[in-house]
Amino acid sequence: MEAPSSENSVQALGLGMQVRTGEGPLVILDDINFCIAAGSSVALLGASGSGKTTLLGLLAGLDRPSAGRVLVHGRDLEALDEDGRAQLRAENIGFVFQNFQLLHGLTAQENVMLPLELAGVEHPRAQAAEFLARVGLERRLGHYPNQLSGGEQQRCAIARAFAARPTVLIADEPTGNLDAQTGARIIELLFELNRAQGATLIMATHDEALAGHCRERLLLQAGRLV
Amino acid sequence: MRGARSPSSVKLSWRMLWRDWRGGELQMLAAALLIAVTSVTAVGFFVDRVERGLQYQAAELIAADLVLSASKRIRPRFEQQARKRGLRTAHISQFRSVAVAGERLQLVEVKAVSAHYPLRGTLRSATAAYVTDRPAEGIPARGRAWVQPRLLQALGLRVGERFQLGESQFTITRVLTYEPDPGGDLFSVAPRLLINLDDLPATRLIQAGALVNYRLLIAGDAPAVAALRDELALQLRPGETLLGVQDGRPELRAALERAQRFLGLAALISALLAGVAIATAARRFARRHLDTSAILRCLGAGQSLVIRAFSLEMLWLALLASSVGVLGGLLTQSLIARLLEHLLLAELPPPSWRPLLGGYATGVILLLGFALPPLLALRHVPPLRVLRRNATGPDARTWQVYSGVLLAMATLLYWQLGDARLVLYVMAGMLATVGLLGVAARGLILLLGRLRARVGVAWRFGLANIARRPGASVLQIVAFGLAIMVLLLLSSVRDDLLRDWRRSLPPNAPNHFLINVQPDQVAGMRAFFAAQGAGAPQLHPLVRARLTRVNEHPVSSEDYPDERAKHLVTREFNLSWADQPQADNRIVAGHWWTAEEHGRPLLSLESGLAETLGIKLHDTLGFEVNGRRLTFTVSSLRQVEWDSFNVNFFTLVPPGVLDTQPASYITSLYLDATQKRRLGELVKQFPNVTVIDIEAIMNRVRGIMDRVIEAVEFIFLFTLAAGLAVLYAAIQANQDERRYESAVLRTLGARRAVLWRGLVAEFLTLGALSGLLAGLAATALAWVLAEQVFHFDYRFNPRVALIGIVAGMVIVGSAGVLGTRSVLSRPPALSLRQGG
Repeated sequence: MEAPSSENSVQALGLGMQVRTGEGPLVILDDINFCIAAGSSVALLGASGSGKTTLLGLLAGLDRPSAGRVLVHGRDLEALDEDGRAQLRAENIGFVFQNFQLLHGLTAQENVMLPLELAGVEHPRAQAAEFLARVGLERRLGHYPNQLSGGEQQRCAIARAFAARPTVLIADEPTGNLDAQTGARIIELLFELNRAQGATLIMATHDEALAGHCRERLLLQAGRLV
Repeated sequence: MRGARSPSSVKLSWRMLWRDWRGGELQMLAAALLIAVTSVTAVGFFVDRVERGLQYQAAELIAADLVLSASKRIRPRFEQQARKRGLRTAHISQFRSVAVAGERLQLVEVKAVSAHYPLRGTLRSATAAYVTDRPAEGIPARGRAWVQPRLLQALGLRVGERFQLGESQFTITRVLTYEPDPGGDLFSVAPRLLINLDDLPATRLIQAGALVNYRLLIAGDAPAVAALRDELALQLRPGETLLGVQDGRPELRAALERAQRFLGLAALISALLAGVAIATAARRFARRHLDTSAILRCLGAGQSLVIRAFSLEMLWLALLASSVGVLGGLLTQSLIARLLEHLLLAELPPPSWRPLLGGYATGVILLLGFALPPLLALRHVPPLRVLRRNATGPDARTWQVYSGVLLAMATLLYWQLGDARLVLYVMAGMLATVGLLGVAARGLILLLGRLRARVGVAWRFGLANIARRPGASVLQIVAFGLAIMVLLLLSSVRDDLLRDWRRSLPPNAPNHFLINVQPDQVAGMRAFFAAQGAGAPQLHPLVRARLTRVNEHPVSSEDYPDERAKHLVTREFNLSWADQPQADNRIVAGHWWTAEEHGRPLLSLESGLAETLGIKLHDTLGFEVNGRRLTFTVSSLRQVEWDSFNVNFFTLVPPGVLDTQPASYITSLYLDATQKRRLGELVKQFPNVTVIDIEAIMNRVRGIMDRVIEAVEFIFLFTLAAGLAVLYAAIQANQDERRYESAVLRTLGARRAVLWRGLVAEFLTLGALSGLLAGLAATALAWVLAEQVFHFDYRFNPRVALIGIVAGMVIVGSAGVLGTRSVLSRPPALSLRQGG
C-alpha cells in the first residue's frame, strides 16, 4: 500500500463506470483523471445525468468503478475490502447531501453523534452538542428532523459531516433543496467550517455561483471531464 | 480521529434498540413477540400444570408415580434409594393361588399390600355385593380380606364369613369394588383377593419357585421421581421392569396421548401465527431501516458491524420482550387456572420452571428465525443509497428467509410434538397450505383486475390498490387467511373436532365385559339381554393360543431386549375371528380378507404389537392352539382405537380357520343402573360367566377428555390473540406506502371521503378473498386433523367457507379501516416530506 500523500488528497486514475441495460452497456463515466490537492476546494459541475453523483460515490468508495482507480491520501480504494473502505470513510470522509439524509428516529444531537460513535470517540454527546452549537443549533439538540426547517436540517447535516473531523468533505448539491437565502447561509457555513478544519472539499453542483466559492472546477459532460 | 478504537457492536446495538424503540420502530415487532411469548408461555405453564395434573390422575392407575415390578423379591437398595430422595413407598406381592371354603375351591389373584397402599388413588369397597360402595380407609387389617363379588359368588360366601388361603384363615370384611391399579389382564378369570402383606408369610404360599409379581410403589415430588427413574433404569436386572404413569392401561394411554396432541396443537398454532406476525413486522422494520443501514455504512460502519449491531438489537429485543412475555404468561395462566378451578382438576400442581425456559426459547427462536433473515439483508444495502434513493440492494435471499423460517418452525414443532415424523408431516402440510393459499390468492387478484372497469371510483381505487402491489397483496391475503383460518378452526371446526372426539366415547359406550361365555350359552345370553332391553350383544369367539414361532424361528423372550416385548411373547394370545373389521379398527398395511380367503391361515395383527415384536406384513407366526401347531401369514396390520372400549383383539383370523377349536365367547355392552341391578340374575343363570365392570376406568377417560376440552378452549383464546396480531401486523406492513400514496392523492385533489371509501373497498375485498380461502383451508385442515392425527371421522360443513367470507369481510374490513385511519388524518405535507 502506498504511503498517504500529503500533496494529493484525492486522485482519480482512468476512472470509468458503465452499467448493463436491456439495450447493452451504458457508459456513465469514461476515463476520468484528476488530482485534488489536500485542503483544496473543487466544484464538480455538470448538467443532470452528467455523472456527478456517480463520480462522488466512486470517490467516497460507496460504489466500485468498472475501470480505473481512486486514491484517497494515496490509499487505493480498490485494494480495500468493503469493511476497509467503511473504515476509511469513518476516519477520513464527511458527507453533506442534497436531501440531508438525517435519520428521522434520531434527534439532531443523536444524528451528529452517529459518526462519532462509529469512530469510537469518547464522550460523543458533548462533542455533538459542541458542533451543533457551531452551526447555531444549540437550542435544537433534542429536536427530531421533522421538527427542523430545511435549512436547520442541512445545518445539522453539516455538523454531522464535520463532527468526525474528516480530511475530505463530499457535498452533493448541498443547497439543492433550499431557498436562495438559506442556501447562501449554508454555503457560508460550509466554507467557514472547511477553512477552520482544513479539509478537502469536493462539491457537486450545477449552480455556477456556488461553484465560484471553490478554488477549482471540474466540468462533467456525458460522463467525461471537459 | 484516525486510529480511534473501533466501536463496540454491543454498545451500538443497545443505542439502536433504545432509539428505535423511542422512534416507534420496534413496537409492532415487540407487540407480536410479546403476544407470542405470553401466549406460548401461558399455554406452556397451563399445559404443564394440566399435563402434570393429568399425569397425577393417570398415576392413580398404577397407584403410584413409578412402579418397580420384578419376578424376584425387590432388592432393598431400591427402596432405600427412593427414601433417600424423600419419596413414599409401598409394596405389593401378587400371585395366583386357591381359596378354599368348605368343599369349594376357587382360583384367586391374591394381592398382598403393605401400609400406605395405594400411594395414588383410592380403594373403594362395599359392605355387600352389588350395593353402593364408598372410599375405603387403609388396607385390610391382619387376618382380614377384601374380595371381589365374583369370589363370594364362586365360594358361596358372604361378608363376615371365613375362607382358607394356604395355611391361614381369613375373614371377609369388605367387598372390593374398585382398585386404582387393576393391572395385568382385565379379563383374568381369577377374582381378586386383597390381604395385608404382613399376613403373607403365615400362609406359607411363597415358596421357592413360586410365580410371584413383586411391586415397589413409589410416589412423591415429580423431579425426584424422574431422577429416581433414571437412576433405577441403569440398575435393572433381567426380570425387573419400571412402569411409569404413561405405561398404564392402553385405553387411558390413548386418551392421554390424544389430550397432549390437542393441547400441543393449540400451543403450536399460537406460536406459528405469532411467527407470521413477527415476520410481517420484521419486513416492515427492515424496509424502514434501509436508510439507517446506508447512512451507517456511509459514515464508516462495515458490513460486519451492521450485521452484528442489527442481530444484537434483535437479540436484546427478544430477551426483553420474552421477559415481559413470560411474566405475562405466568400471570395469565394463574388467572385461567383460578377461573377454571372448579372445572379443572381439583388442585392443579404449581407451575414448573420448564415453560419459563420454553418462553425465552420461543422468543429468541421466533425472532431470530422469522425476523433476522430480512434484517440481515440490510447489510447488502449499498451505501450509495445515500446518493441514490432507488439503490436498495438485493432483498434477503429466498433461501435465507425460508431456511430461517423453516428452521425456527421445525425447532418449535419438534419441541411441541417431540416426533420428527410428525414434524415433517405438519411442516409439509403447512407449507402446502401457505403455497396453495398464495397461488389461489394470486389467481383471485388477477380476476379482480377485470372487475375494475365495472365499478365506481372508490372501488376502482381500492381494487387498484390490491392489484398494484400483487406481491404485498398475496402476502396480506395469506397472512389474513392464516389468521381467519385459525379463527374458523377455533369456532365451528373446533367444535366439530371436539364433538367428534367426545363422540368417540359416547355415553352409552360399553361399560361391562362378559367373559367365559360357552358356545352353548351364546343364544341364551343374547335372549337375556334382549329381554332386559339392552339389545342383543355381539359375542366374539376367543381361542387361547401361545406364540411359538416367528418366521419358523422358535420364539424366546431372550430374543427381545424390550421388557414389554418379553412379556407379550410369553403371555397367552386370544385369537378371534371375524369376517369384517370393526369400525374402530383401521387397516394400515396389507388387506382385510375377502370372502374367498375365509378358511385360509391368514392373520391380522394390531400394528402397535407388530412394532413392539418387530413383526412385518407377510411374516409367518406359529401358534400352539390346544396342543396343535398352526401357522398363519400376517396379511394385514390394524390400528385399534383401544379407547372405544369395544372388545378388540391383537390377533384376528378369517372365519373357518379356528371354528373347530374349543372357544369361549366374550362381549362388551352398556348397562344402565337398572340393568346393572339385574346382573345377579345373569350370574345365577350363567354361573360360569364372569362379569367385569369397567365403568370406573371409563369415567376416568371421560373425565380426562372433558377437562382437556375445557383447557383447549381456553388455550385457543391465545391463538385468537396471535391471529389478531397477524392481522394488525399485515395492516401495518404497508402503512408507510399507503400514507405516501394517500398524501399524493390528496395533494392531487382527492377528497378524504373517496380515499376512505377506497380503503373500505380494499379491505373488504381482501377480507372476502382471505375468508374464502381460509374457509376452504380450515375445512381441509380439519379433515386432515380428524382423519390423520386424531383418528375419527370428520363431517364436512359447507357453511364454513361462507362463514369465512363474512368473518373475513367484517374482521379485516373493520381492522383494516381502523388500522389505517391515521393515513387519512395525517397532514399530506408531513407524509410527503418524510417520504411516507
